[in-house]
Amino acid sequence: MNANHKQYSVAVEFRRGFLDIFPLLLGAIPFAMLLGSLGVQKGLSPLEVSTMSFLVFAGGAQFLAVGMWETPAPVAALVIATLLVNMRHVLMGAALRPLIMDLPLGTRALFVSIHSDETWATALKTGQSRALTVPYVIGLIVPFYFNWPFWGTLGAVFGGLVSEPAMFGADFVFTAVFLCLVVGLWRGRASAPPVIAGGLVALLSYLWLPGVWYVFLGGIAGTLAGAIFWRPEANEPDREAFP
Amino acid sequence: MTGDIFALDPTNLLAIIGMALVTLVTRWAGYLLVGHVRIEGRVKGALEAVPPAILTALVVPMSLATGPLETVAAALTILAAWRLPTLAAVVIGVGALVLLRQIT
Repeated sequence: MNANHKQYSVAVEFRRGFLDIFPLLLGAIPFAMLLGSLGVQKGLSPLEVSTMSFLVFAGGAQFLAVGMWETPAPVAALVIATLLVNMRHVLMGAALRPLIMDLPLGTRALFVSIHSDETWATALKTGQSRALTVPYVIGLIVPFYFNWPFWGTLGAVFGGLVSEPAMFGADFVFTAVFLCLVVGLWRGRASAPPVIAGGLVALLSYLWLPGVWYVFLGGIAGTLAGAIFWRPEANEPDREAFP
Repeated sequence: MTGDIFALDPTNLLAIIGMALVTLVTRWAGYLLVGHVRIEGRVKGALEAVPPAILTALVVPMSLATGPLETVAAALTILAAWRLPTLAAVVIGVGALVLLRQIT
């Protein structure tokens, strides 16, 4: 409500948000299309596939669900599998809160409701150097949101167009961006415990446990390491308010 | 295959709505729970550790357990990210992997 909250250009901020997410948005396209065509192969209609991408909007969970899909749909198994794959969002939502508390309720509610690995991670990176603004967040999350069901529907209707995202290295885009974000988050020795504990537990879980437990277990291990190795002097000064 | 683009099976719809609801619960749960905790001390340390922990966990299978080419590309991406902007580092990492896959 302060006057200085308005000292930015809406168009510039929106464009910054959009440009920050753009590479990840492109990287998601082949996967959205692949999901759509897999869904149709499993007996879902294009309308059902696109409804799923609009309402669930969670790539990992949707790939797992489509892989399990039968007719009639095993509703309980699909819902439980989705819950497990998406458990990491509990941690992510907790980390998101301090970053967006100064935004209006509507923007906060929208961001929490449709945050993805990609938009969440990008917002965290941006939030390290400056306060997030409403048009920045909208430019970040809204195009990325519609991108997913749009290409998913095309993939379902024109199934089989993208059978192998690895051909363009699209399967590595997500990994490359997240590696860069980890490098960007690195703050010297204090950053080592969450990365080492998270990475190690994730690797062991990935090799020995079924499904995608590795993300949640790695996340929990790294978070606990962050609490255990926390030192008062390691505290950084609070971020400066915008601008 | 019926070929009916607009088919909407009630059981499929039920599954989709159930999936959507539990996903929404996971997206809101942490955000709402942390509102009842003072973010200081070890709680702050834990919350600050969430991003590096989750991001590292997410990249582990592709970086360390897919194949030697992917591990090399991941190492190159990390090196590039130390000096270059994100976009350049991503282009280098993805480009290197595409190249490596073609020549091996």
